[in-house]
Amino acid sequence: MSDMSAKPNLSAGVQTAGGIGTAPASHTEHGEHAHHDEHEHHEQHWLWKYVFSQDHKVIGKQFLITGIFWAIIGGTLSSLFRLQLGWPEGTMEWLTPVLGKWIEGGKLNPEFYLALVTMHGTIMVFFVLTAGLSGTFSNFLIPLQVGARDMASGFMNMLSYWFFFLSSIIMFMSLFLETGPAASGWTIYPPLSALPQAIPGSGMGMTMWLVSMAFFIVSQLLGGVNYVTTVINLRTRGMSMSKLPLTIWAFFLTAILGILSFPVLFSAVLLLVFDRSFGTSFFLSDIYIAGQALPNQGGSPVLFQHLFWFLGHPEVYIVIMPAMGMVSEVLATNARKPIFGYRAMIGSLIGISLLSFVVWAHHMFVTGMNPFLGSVFMFLTLIIAVPSGVKVFNWLATLWRGNIRFTTAMMFSIGFVSLFISGGLTGIILGNATLDIQMHNTYFVVAHFHLVMGSAAFFGLFAGVYHWFPKMFGRMMDEKLGYVHFWLTFAGVYLVFLPMHYVGIAGFPRRYYAWTGFDSFSQFADLNKFISTAAIFAFFAQFIFIFNFFYSIWRGRRATENPWNSNTLEWTTPVVPGHGNWPGEIPAVYRWPYDYSKPGAEADFIPQNVPYSQTQSSNLPYEQELAD
Amino acid sequence: MNPIESLSEKEIGLGWHPKRVLLILLMVSSTMIFASLTSGFIVRRDEGNWREFDLPSILAFNTIVIALSSVALQWAYMSAKKDEIGRVKLGLALALGLGLVFLVGQWLCWGALVDGRTFFGGMDANVSGSFVYVLMGMHAFHLLAGLVFLAVVLRRTFNYQVHSRALLSIGNASILWHFLGALWLYLYLFLLLNH
Repeated sequence: MSDMSAKPNLSAGVQTAGGIGTAPASHTEHGEHAHHDEHEHHEQHWLWKYVFSQDHKVIGKQFLITGIFWAIIGGTLSSLFRLQLGWPEGTMEWLTPVLGKWIEGGKLNPEFYLALVTMHGTIMVFFVLTAGLSGTFSNFLIPLQVGARDMASGFMNMLSYWFFFLSSIIMFMSLFLETGPAASGWTIYPPLSALPQAIPGSGMGMTMWLVSMAFFIVSQLLGGVNYVTTVINLRTRGMSMSKLPLTIWAFFLTAILGILSFPVLFSAVLLLVFDRSFGTSFFLSDIYIAGQALPNQGGSPVLFQHLFWFLGHPEVYIVIMPAMGMVSEVLATNARKPIFGYRAMIGSLIGISLLSFVVWAHHMFVTGMNPFLGSVFMFLTLIIAVPSGVKVFNWLATLWRGNIRFTTAMMFSIGFVSLFISGGLTGIILGNATLDIQMHNTYFVVAHFHLVMGSAAFFGLFAGVYHWFPKMFGRMMDEKLGYVHFWLTFAGVYLVFLPMHYVGIAGFPRRYYAWTGFDSFSQFADLNKFISTAAIFAFFAQFIFIFNFFYSIWRGRRATENPWNSNTLEWTTPVVPGHGNWPGEIPAVYRWPYDYSKPGAEADFIPQNVPYSQTQSSNLPYEQELAD
Repeated sequence: MNPIESLSEKEIGLGWHPKRVLLILLMVSSTMIFASLTSGFIVRRDEGNWREFDLPSILAFNTIVIALSSVALQWAYMSAKKDEIGRVKLGLALALGLGLVFLVGQWLCWGALVDGRTFFGGMDANVSGSFVYVLMGMHAFHLLAGLVFLAVVLRRTFNYQVHSRALLSIGNASILWHFLGALWLYLYLFLLLNH
């Protein structure tokens, strides 16, 4: 096995598993390759090496750690509002030391409840599943897997993280405002979000939300243009677009979606800021507050929804596509089989990307739009089932009769496919305008998108972390703890979101602070308790992961260069690659990344950098021609 | 791009330098901002309660200025190809100066708009007017970035870093500048047709 992974182009000597990613690389190691790597001739100051680093791997880890921080915050917020929903009669007095005046008479303040759901959505969608997921893995994997020393512009890449950091600081500070953070839902529909005097959460909290998102958009654009340029320009010799791992295809298309859709959110945010603070009326018209008419005339709140969802819909694919790419990679590696339908996988990703721009109004079926227009959007929405179905069947066919190794990453990848199917099917229901008008704003919608986009993307994130942890930190995560984490999370997610469908079909509206006023919903009291219990349980299961993650960074079993016997280029680097990734020359690429269990081959995997001339026994006729 | 990396060991991408690809992608995202704003303009106008307004005539003058600025920069770029550094400096300085004149002209236009009682916000404002200020303001904001870029290239020219074998920076600057000019032309025509 090890002779297969020995790189023909890598003249440099064997490096021992050298410490964790954050440990200073030994000096002698650099002495050997100093002529390759002028950059690291001198020891860099730790500030430039670990904080303001331009190394894509460090930036990726920065995104990951910040994302984990935000996930804990986002999860905590959801536990708080699930407490309120599950035990409307119970007392929350014991939370007073933490929440202070947000607990009134043993109950959660209703305004704060709105702020909680708003911030939970914002944090999870943007800060965890966009920045934490594609920020981490696009950064970490693109240069390593396409065979580049770093991103096209390391400086812009660094800026991308620090804009995200700035945006995070502002969003985090808004949690501590006296009037509370933004509270008009993560979709910040005007007029609620446009009138600072409307509710406490529309005041300073909303302003900070908008400022934070503006920086977030800048961060996404700086990152996105870098990812796309790196994939277009910096692929190593032989790495044609048709030899790219599916991860890279997914990150590439995700970045394109971001470049095209985040500017539109920027426009919406900009106009909303003008409406709030500069007296314009883009989204405001004919509004009375406490019997008094506002001067604003002629604005259109539906215009905001158009602008928002033009980003908002591609955004859900920005969240899910990196997970799809990583899952494809992990499934193929651990099933020891080529990915089924490589080109169909690329085609379906492209199809999903194109369709994502022409379906946004399916979020707006109840805005009074022309029914004919609605039916066009419905038709386009339902077509997305086709590329999604292609992907699901290809994943299942990849598993079929594979020599499956159930690593933790593999478990999470299979879990991803399961969640994607269960959540995707209800998408077909909601995509129908007639059904959606009934289901709109009920827990059915909540259940749908938490399964297909929230949980599934989280599973992709976990699969990615478990799979690439050895390359990030030079150590392995604990597999037993990983199994415990997986089963608790997998069971927890289904226990939370399956019952929600029933509650939703019964008409239970989302974002309601209390349902006790409606007799028809009293029968769901037990079910709500059950959901809340499962949700809090599943949230606490995540601390197993967090323990495993940080423990393994310092104490995990040391990794080898290629612990999963994988084909892609990142596994040809030293155990912990330095800045520049390969100590010697960058390996050239000769074959696609999925030569697993190839008939006639000596080992069950052939890395991308092994030329056909070295694999005479397994070459197909046309490959043999390339070898001669 | 990492300094130790060379493009010769890479797959051929689109045949453009990575910096140029970065620039083009950023221009694409700018385009999306203006596409969303102008389509918002149309969607909003079709819903009624829309006050017509007059475009100040100075905009025609500004449009000519920005076009001349683009011509000057193109001339500088051609001269750089032929290693006529003096002309490069002159062309760049002209483009920069005309860009500044354009910005001043836009500012004067805002004054004329206010005189014609077309306001950005407040009691007397209508969305139609607000949109004009947002479109022109966003464009001016982009133009400022372009001016900084031109100034950087001008400085590089004085340091002998722009010549027939070092055309990347001036080439990128002229791509951006022509883009901003074309963007203005689009906005001007759009406002002419839709005010």
